[in-house]
Amino acid sequence: MGMDFSTLRTLISRYCVGEENWVDSRTIYIGHKEPPPGTEAFIQQRFPDNRIVSSKYTFWNFVPKNMFEQFRRVANFYFLIIFLVQLIIDTPTSPITSGLPLFFVITVTSIKQGYEDWLRHKADNSVNQCPVHVVQHGKVVRKQSRKLRVGDVVFMKENETFPCDLILLSTSRDDGTCFVTTASLDGESSHKTHYAVQDTKAYITEKEVDSIRATIECEQPQPDLYKFVGRINIYMDNEPVARPLGAENLLLRGATLKNTEHIYAVAIYTGMETKMALNYQSKTQKRSAVEKSMNAYLVVYLCILISKALINTLLKYVWQADSNRDEPWYNNRTDTERQRHIVIRAFTDFLAFMVLFNYIIPVSMYVTVEMQKFLGSYFIMWDDDMFDEELGERAVVNTSDLNEELGQVEYVFTDKTGTLTENNMEFIECCVDGHIYVADAICNGQVMPGATSMDMIDSSPGPGAREHEELFFRALCLCHTVQVKEEETVDGIKHGIHQGKSTSFYISSSPDEVALVEGMKRLGFTYLRLRDGHMEILNREDEIERFELLEVLTFDSVRRRMSVIVRSSTGELYLFCKGADSSIFPRVISGKVEEVRARVEHNAVEGLRTLCVAYRPLSPEQYTEVCHMLNGAKLSLHDRDKRLAEAYDAIEKDLILLGATAVEDRLQEKAADTIESLHKAGMKVWVLTGDKMETAAATCYASKLFHRNTQILELTTKRTEEQTLHDVLFDLSRTVLRQHGGMARDSFSGLSGDCTDFGLIIDGATLSAVMRPAQEDSNSGNYKDIFLEICRNCSAVLCCRMAPLQKAQIVKLIKASEEHPITLAIGDGANDVSMILEAHVGIGIMGKEGRQAVRNSDYAIPKFKHLKKILLVHGHYYYIRISELVQYFFYKNVCFIFPQFLYQFFCGFSQQPLFDTAYLTLYNISFTSLPILLYSLIEQHINVDILKKDPSLYRDIAKNSLLRWPIFIYWTLLGVYDAIVMFFGAYFLFDNTTFTSNGQMFGNWTFGTLVFTVLVFTVTFKLALDTHYWTWINHFVIWGSLVFFVVFSLLWGGIIWPFLNYQRMYYVFMQMLSSGPAWLSIILLITASLLPDVLKKVICRALWPTTTECIQSADKLYEGHLSEFTPLASLHAPSRAGGHRRGSGTQGNPRRTNWCCLCANMLSRNTP
Amino acid sequence: MMASSYTAKEEDGHITVSGPGALRSRKPENTAFKQQRLPAWQPILTAGTVLPAFFIIGLLFIPIGIGLFVTSNNIKEFEIDYTGVDASSPCYNCSQSFSWNSSRPCTCSIPFYLEQPYESNVYVYYGLSNFYQNHRRYVKSRDDSQLNGDPKSLMEPSKECEPYAFHENKPIAPCGAIANSMFNDTLELFYNDPNGTKVQILLNTTGIAWWTDKHVKFGNPGGNSPNLTAAFQGTTKPINWRRPVFDLDADEGNNGFINEDFIVWMRTAALPTFRKLYRIINKKSGMVPTLPRGNYSLEVVYNYPVRSFEGRKRMILSTISWMGGEEPLSGHRLHRRGLRVLLPGRRAAARPPQVREQKQQR
Repeated sequence: MGMDFSTLRTLISRYCVGEENWVDSRTIYIGHKEPPPGTEAFIQQRFPDNRIVSSKYTFWNFVPKNMFEQFRRVANFYFLIIFLVQLIIDTPTSPITSGLPLFFVITVTSIKQGYEDWLRHKADNSVNQCPVHVVQHGKVVRKQSRKLRVGDVVFMKENETFPCDLILLSTSRDDGTCFVTTASLDGESSHKTHYAVQDTKAYITEKEVDSIRATIECEQPQPDLYKFVGRINIYMDNEPVARPLGAENLLLRGATLKNTEHIYAVAIYTGMETKMALNYQSKTQKRSAVEKSMNAYLVVYLCILISKALINTLLKYVWQADSNRDEPWYNNRTDTERQRHIVIRAFTDFLAFMVLFNYIIPVSMYVTVEMQKFLGSYFIMWDDDMFDEELGERAVVNTSDLNEELGQVEYVFTDKTGTLTENNMEFIECCVDGHIYVADAICNGQVMPGATSMDMIDSSPGPGAREHEELFFRALCLCHTVQVKEEETVDGIKHGIHQGKSTSFYISSSPDEVALVEGMKRLGFTYLRLRDGHMEILNREDEIERFELLEVLTFDSVRRRMSVIVRSSTGELYLFCKGADSSIFPRVISGKVEEVRARVEHNAVEGLRTLCVAYRPLSPEQYTEVCHMLNGAKLSLHDRDKRLAEAYDAIEKDLILLGATAVEDRLQEKAADTIESLHKAGMKVWVLTGDKMETAAATCYASKLFHRNTQILELTTKRTEEQTLHDVLFDLSRTVLRQHGGMARDSFSGLSGDCTDFGLIIDGATLSAVMRPAQEDSNSGNYKDIFLEICRNCSAVLCCRMAPLQKAQIVKLIKASEEHPITLAIGDGANDVSMILEAHVGIGIMGKEGRQAVRNSDYAIPKFKHLKKILLVHGHYYYIRISELVQYFFYKNVCFIFPQFLYQFFCGFSQQPLFDTAYLTLYNISFTSLPILLYSLIEQHINVDILKKDPSLYRDIAKNSLLRWPIFIYWTLLGVYDAIVMFFGAYFLFDNTTFTSNGQMFGNWTFGTLVFTVLVFTVTFKLALDTHYWTWINHFVIWGSLVFFVVFSLLWGGIIWPFLNYQRMYYVFMQMLSSGPAWLSIILLITASLLPDVLKKVICRALWPTTTECIQSADKLYEGHLSEFTPLASLHAPSRAGGHRRGSGTQGNPRRTNWCCLCANMLSRNTP
Repeated sequence: MMASSYTAKEEDGHITVSGPGALRSRKPENTAFKQQRLPAWQPILTAGTVLPAFFIIGLLFIPIGIGLFVTSNNIKEFEIDYTGVDASSPCYNCSQSFSWNSSRPCTCSIPFYLEQPYESNVYVYYGLSNFYQNHRRYVKSRDDSQLNGDPKSLMEPSKECEPYAFHENKPIAPCGAIANSMFNDTLELFYNDPNGTKVQILLNTTGIAWWTDKHVKFGNPGGNSPNLTAAFQGTTKPINWRRPVFDLDADEGNNGFINEDFIVWMRTAALPTFRKLYRIINKKSGMVPTLPRGNYSLEVVYNYPVRSFEGRKRMILSTISWMGGEEPLSGHRLHRRGLRVLLPGRRAAARPPQVREQKQQR
């Protein structure tokens, strides 16, 4: 009805809109056959082909598009401008000095991007070229998937994945149904039933299908997976018959055909218009937070650079006002220069200063960062701990740009099915009247007849109980909607119900039912089949019992229970009911309620999904009454749903409790441990799933996302039906805020674990209500904010019934919230792709549901548990490494350029470079590049094991703490200080003093070389002082690059280079080394430059050590075995207090506290 | 001296886990490098490690500082400004009546008194102030291949030499602003013997330029051919020069581009106030001081104009110790450094509790 109405509405709107109707709907001609004349004009619309494109470039547009994209990056553009300026005007340095590095950067980047795109092309091709069977002229023809067109009739076999969105025409099953699993779309692994169009379901051969003449009108593609409206016009004898089409007729790309031999279906949405593709988000370049701070620093440095150039230009013209300074007799301009207008001259001077100082923004930093990220990502791939023996897979890095972002994650959004869980329901136990039965771990559903397969934990029940027990088992065997799929024995693999006879397995829209029925099988009662309205059960004595299935009172989420009414072979009538405990217990009149309730609660705490089972014997009179009620309700035309519900309510009463069951969707290995670690590391974990709320909540308990004392807040359709959304939201926020206020008060008392923390459960429908854009009426506009406020105060949030795009919406919502937290999304299915793409970091799990998530992720790991290592260890390391890299790069370039700036004051602001061109070019490329690159690849400030053992260390680097402004300013000031020491140190030595023993003097190049030598050594030693992890490679590279500098300088000055037009460096370095005072001053200046930093380090470490430093010292005491036998908590329990103090106002940036070291001392005393 | 310990973890490099063939190929190699478990030295900069280092560095610097202090005190230096700015100055007239075209050189004589005898070799410098030899336009205004004796560059000087590359359509040799503005005052020293005689002091013109400059970097065109005049045929002298380049010195080994005064001038100074080695007064044998205490006079042939840019000209006499020239600064600085390095060491030594405990642990 509703659907018809919506079709009508579409039609009406089409009618009203008039000309624009082609936007709203499309007409599809099945098999591309024209409709019979006279019915409607045949307008062949153009649709895209079925090609999926995820690649960015083609062979032809790669160079221009890639260049464009690269030069859109501010840094690259800047260097291009500098290069052009150097080419055009007379600048102090040659264009090679900036052109060469720029060329290198651009080439390396484009090669990398080209390679990545090539991989995407390959993946696309494999998808686009996979074969599809299409009916053409009454024959089945193979086609490449990409050549599929809208209107093609597709022939699909079982277990094939649909290549595009299809309307089901007919199936091999008589009733025109087929089963589909949408696991890779929305994560639900259960089988769903789809229906063929009623009028075409009889066409079951190629020939017949080819004879169908019909058109389909449907809406234009839209991303909602669960919505579809359209209608089909079938022309039989030139008489069009219109039928409505709904979501139940639509088969989505990505879903897989199950339990149905073959189907015929017609393609309606293809390629990038399929619902799956629409649920993808465009791949945008992700930028890490570090890159953002890097860009911020860059802007600062750009300002410094411009102001430096401006100041110098200004001073130059002030100074030159006297023409004897501007052009003394010994230093005249050429005539052409003289004739230039003063404005042009000033502008040229400004540009020349810019070029001279441009090294302050290091192009090489980008190269180094790029290389660091690229090479560093190999450590993730190489990691043995992230290798999964079972799958034979190791971690995959798809984007290396985000390595350090792994160390900054604040929100983790995880999928449930297949990510947290194994996607595998398993029957755990059942409890009959308080006696507990545990199913054996029998594999492959092999039946063990007799009681041997049953473990009784409690003492054997009495004879009366035995009766109850068998009734319970029968109830579970009967009360379900499971279908049995039988198959001929294949290659001797027998899953048989009857050994050796045939294999069969159960299919149901609810995986727990399957688990329950399979569990019963293991306990001796096997459900065989439904035949002729009779359910057949094989009992423990291998006898077949037959029950006549009279009524099924289907499950719905409001009642949360289902029932069947059966008649046994002896003629007794039973109503079996199973459902959630909350919906069963109030209706129970007898049975061992207390025992069962205790067990149910126990199991719920364990995170198992529990169901209660009850029965009610019916007398024939009662049954007739029931039949009467049900039929009355079913036949009613008005309020049928309501009357049915009332009838169910009346029937399912006066139950006798039998027992309870417990089913588990097995959690992935160490999932709970991982989530706990993430919590400890200060991350908030949200579970986003398309699954049912109950299932999802159970998983959350099992994975320790919700604890026993977590107060659950529900924001679900059920609640919003009772109250308005508005009231619910305000209610919840009040609850949360009140508690939060209390929490803030006793935050000093200790861990937040003592207080109640909140868990929020929200479902998709409510979420879309919350997210709906503000309406005109007064106070509904800020739902989003209230919702965010609630979420922020919840330690865990569970979002169920989420459509893929909604998952992305949630991520986006959090991303856009005030604090702009770093988000991570992890999932395994195609339904997670949109959120993986949306989050700052997307992680794919190599699950059972295809490789979509893996392909679209930034990182892919085999199992959820590997998240711990990739975040806590790799993320932490990469963050530490890259932040040092960034800070150090700016520092070393301040040291490098500031002397040049100072020199301008002593050379008449003439842009005379202090250093030789070779030094200018090679400083960042070779003299100081390798040590920092190596540092940023292998530095480990804390042991791997400690990082893993103590997740709270992750909080030390949270919120981009190492790239905050104070730290940045410290580094910059240190650079300025060093530059001043170096320059003025050399200045005072050069001022009126003789250097050599033969009285000869040095010139300006020696001056520059002296400063440069001090510079290279200081900057390298500074890094050496910061290095905490000295492997032989560090030694090799650090000392090696210093040796290289010396050797290069000797060589550079040792030869008259024929290709150079100047020989200014000839013997300069050697002359300098031959002078004693030069040696002394070099040593002196290096020491003076390093001294303040060393002092700062020592003093800070002694007085206000960070947690990291404490752990380092403690680790040292134990000679690297700290992780093995030290209670780490004792090391930084006080530091948490420090953290709280910081939270309450003081700005102790990295957490520092004396307590840490006291602790370390105490430890050191207590250990032999 | 940093606290050190090698934490050798898992040096067992290659453990391959047996498994199915396909599996092994995907499995990451278990090497120390790939698993980030290379053995490493993990120093920590604590007070306990840094303070001893400070002490040692401090102790090393103190003797060096004292040594430097003593030697730099032994260095004697005498400086005289002969620019002639004041009307009372003997060179006042010369400085006022300067003209590039005057054919008759202006001379002046400045008397001075050395209070101490100068024992070892004495180096005579001229110093200029406010002279921007490090101006970019000036620094690059030279042609190194011309100066190296390349005949092609001799006739076609580099563009960098503009506007000092050609004069009257003839290439300038040596071209460029640096060469053009070569210092051309002549300084002579006379010792006024107490007995009344005026003895000219022998000033050595060689050994003032870097050996490599004279013998490798600079060279006359035409190699060692004796006829320099012919070699420079077709070129013209720099505009401000009074003599052509092949007429700089009578000594063949010190003429043309390899004239040492010229080479010294061509090495552009780092700062606007600079000095350049002019002559060397070699120590005479025996116990006689090179320059005994007494009255001297400096005779200047005043050619070089500096007034226009408010420059100053000086003549400096200096002895040099084993360390180089006068290093009052270095000496003091080193001395101070020694103290400074020691001071924080002492201060921090008063209270490093955890340091001592760490040592006990060891």
